[in-house]
Amino acid sequence: MFGRKKNVTVETTTSGENAISNKETEGLSQSQIVRRRFFRHKAAMISLFVITFITILVFTALDWRLFGKIRVPGWWKWSPDELPELRYGTDICGDTVGCPTISLRPKFLGGNGIGLGDHPFGQDDIGRDYLALVMKGTQRSLSVMFIIGILGATIGTVLGSISGFYRGKVDAVLARFTDFIITIPTLVIGSVIGYRFGNLGATFLAFYLGIFAWTGLFRLVRGEFLTLREREFVDAARVAGASNLRIIFKHVLPNAVGVIIVSVTLLMSGAILLETALSYLGFGVVEPDVSLGLLISKYQDSFTTRPWLFWYPGLFIISIALSVNFIGDGLRDAFDPRQRRRITKKERAAARVAARGAH
Amino acid sequence: MVAYISRRLGVMVVILLGSSFILYNLAALSGDPLDDLKTSTDPNRDFLIAQRTRQLQLDVPPPLRYFYWLRGVFGIFIGKANFGMTRAGITVGEELQQAIPVTIRLVFAATIIAMILGISLGIITALRQYSRFDYSLTFVAFLLFSLPVFWIAVLAKEYLAITFNNFLRDPIIPINVIAGISFIGALFWASLIGRSRGKFWMTFAIVFVATAIVLKTMELVEWFTNPRLGPILVFAASVGIAFGITQLSVGLTNRKALKASLAMSIATLVFYYPANYIFDNHISALALLGMLVVTIAAGVIAGISFSKIDRGPIIRTAVLTAFLSALLILIDKFMRTWSRYSATDAINYRPVPTIQERNSEIDVTDFWLSNLDVIMHLFLPTVVLTLGSFAGYIRFSRGTLLEVLNQDYIRTARAKGLTERTVIMRHAFRNTLIPISTIIVADFAGIIGGAIITENVFGWSGMGTLFRRGIFTFDLNLLMGVFFVTTTLTLLAILLADILYSALDPRIRVGSGA
Repeated sequence: MFGRKKNVTVETTTSGENAISNKETEGLSQSQIVRRRFFRHKAAMISLFVITFITILVFTALDWRLFGKIRVPGWWKWSPDELPELRYGTDICGDTVGCPTISLRPKFLGGNGIGLGDHPFGQDDIGRDYLALVMKGTQRSLSVMFIIGILGATIGTVLGSISGFYRGKVDAVLARFTDFIITIPTLVIGSVIGYRFGNLGATFLAFYLGIFAWTGLFRLVRGEFLTLREREFVDAARVAGASNLRIIFKHVLPNAVGVIIVSVTLLMSGAILLETALSYLGFGVVEPDVSLGLLISKYQDSFTTRPWLFWYPGLFIISIALSVNFIGDGLRDAFDPRQRRRITKKERAAARVAARGAH
Repeated sequence: MVAYISRRLGVMVVILLGSSFILYNLAALSGDPLDDLKTSTDPNRDFLIAQRTRQLQLDVPPPLRYFYWLRGVFGIFIGKANFGMTRAGITVGEELQQAIPVTIRLVFAATIIAMILGISLGIITALRQYSRFDYSLTFVAFLLFSLPVFWIAVLAKEYLAITFNNFLRDPIIPINVIAGISFIGALFWASLIGRSRGKFWMTFAIVFVATAIVLKTMELVEWFTNPRLGPILVFAASVGIAFGITQLSVGLTNRKALKASLAMSIATLVFYYPANYIFDNHISALALLGMLVVTIAAGVIAGISFSKIDRGPIIRTAVLTAFLSALLILIDKFMRTWSRYSATDAINYRPVPTIQERNSEIDVTDFWLSNLDVIMHLFLPTVVLTLGSFAGYIRFSRGTLLEVLNQDYIRTARAKGLTERTVIMRHAFRNTLIPISTIIVADFAGIIGGAIITENVFGWSGMGTLFRRGIFTFDLNLLMGVFFVTTTLTLLAILLADILYSALDPRIRVGSGA
């Protein structure tokens, strides 16, 4: 009797917060909890929306050529290869050659009304439409990001699992090999590879960079596996007769998936910055291919006279990298079991009322 | 311990051999040094090809050629390392000797500033977890993570150099700029200090008005063309430093420490003119060093004479105050050199440079002018590098402190009835520094080779430039030389970090486990 009464007092006074979070996770599977936590992370949700929007916007902007014959039209009228006439002296935007025609100020505020105009992002020095160039550059940067992310994730996870699960000689060889690669700075590997393969186009560059981007993930997954394989549930599975492959994929890997996903998002945001940095230094994507870093590097000196050539590619790099970083942050919070949501005053008051009612 | 270190050094040599072998072959495969000759129409083309093949030993396949290079490097053990010649005919060793000091000069200040700013902001955000301040700083940190360095650099060149130089011609601050700066400053301090709504708006109003008044006064007294602090401001700032340092290190209730620090402030005022006399007449690096020694000695003496027991913390407080106050006198001197500096022909009233390491037309025999010139050339790269790296420190120290604050010993300290200041500064902060110190070591090693982009943007010729040249001109010896130095430093730093960790944290013993 006494014990039970004491229990009730403790619940009502000190562990109101626990009660709230326990109630929230009642009867939910692990993945449901993670999903809920992620959906509640506002910054991550906004970022997810932004990056989806940018991806769709960018990949539908320009014409696609399927099998070299069929032409799927994009929503934007110019292509990066066309050379329209350089406009200047128009009444829409100052006197500068090829300035942007986008206008966000409505007519009743003294502007030209909201509209895109002929060349919303302006034109480059020979008259190419800058919106089309930026769209193509963003396509390149996004694909580089995804290719590096997927390749790095796959190689890192597979090798890390093997190394951590089987230990012994396999592990020694793989870990030593990773040490060799990890000591070479990423920018150095990138430069050496980019200098050789940059002229083959962004996809090739991304492919070769991805081959070297797995080292961080390898160490992480290996560490996870080394601890997880000692746990009781692995022994239980083995006693029940599960094969090694089944233990790896059905028992250990699902437990490590949080760490992997978070690390892959960080790898991806690093990848987009790596590509831009390499292209900027001249080791990455080279003309006639287009990438955001290349655009910035090409027009950095014209910042004083024609700043839009500098602003728009930068804006896209930053929005993509920022979104990916925030998604990663949201995922980390969602997967972290120690992470407790901040409990608002309103919820605390509600819990108190409910506890009092239970008396 | 010795066995552990020697084993680690052995592993390090193996790793160095492996990674240099990989890089050598990658680099050798990355391009053909005979490309330009093969397509040339020169009549003695074949001779040139043969000559270059002999010079670069191209007839030997790369995996074997690597061992020629390695033989030179092994000269380290007999005291004369041979990294080979660059294609321009200079030894790689000489090139490295010129580049390393430049790179260190470039990144040293930036790393220190990033560290101090990042760690203090990270700690404040951890203490104010889930506040408005925390959220905004988290956003800023993520934004800085996502900014390409070269992008910040171009913006900095435009707004911190070109626009600022234009502004200095006619230093009148427009009213909306004053309002904007005051607004940002007020928002920062208000969200930092104000916890309740009333306190928030009060801080906001006070800081807003104060910033606006200070900016307007600076404009009226033409402070921007002729900046100075003067003895009164130096003294006032020094008193502020005395209170601040005392509060942080031992608490204001410790009257002896406060008295010792305030004595240092008074000493600053007394020695303002004598110090300036030395600055004007007998200045050299040696004299500065002597003054530093005197400053520290003064702090120690004050600490000892004001206290009888528990001298350590009091001496520390007095020495820190003395050092920072002396730094103020030095800054004041540099400020008063400013107008003379911008009036020189070489500068011609555009004092913020965008490129180069120093202005070759500045008189190097003039101690103050030449050093101010070096500082001004460091200004932009330092800002860019700091912005690029301090977000990491914010996030890391925030996470670490939050972890530490959850530990049992913090609860014990609170339960003992210690003040919040003691709990944070003595128990939490010091334990936070253990993991931070290890990433600091790694960072210092990383920066030697890590400023490739910044060096390129600002036209400095350090290690990054050497590396770029190595790739573009297919100069394998140069590339490998740069790589060898940076990688050796990185590996040594990792080893040092591990040893430091075990030295700082008695719970971790190296050598027993891995």
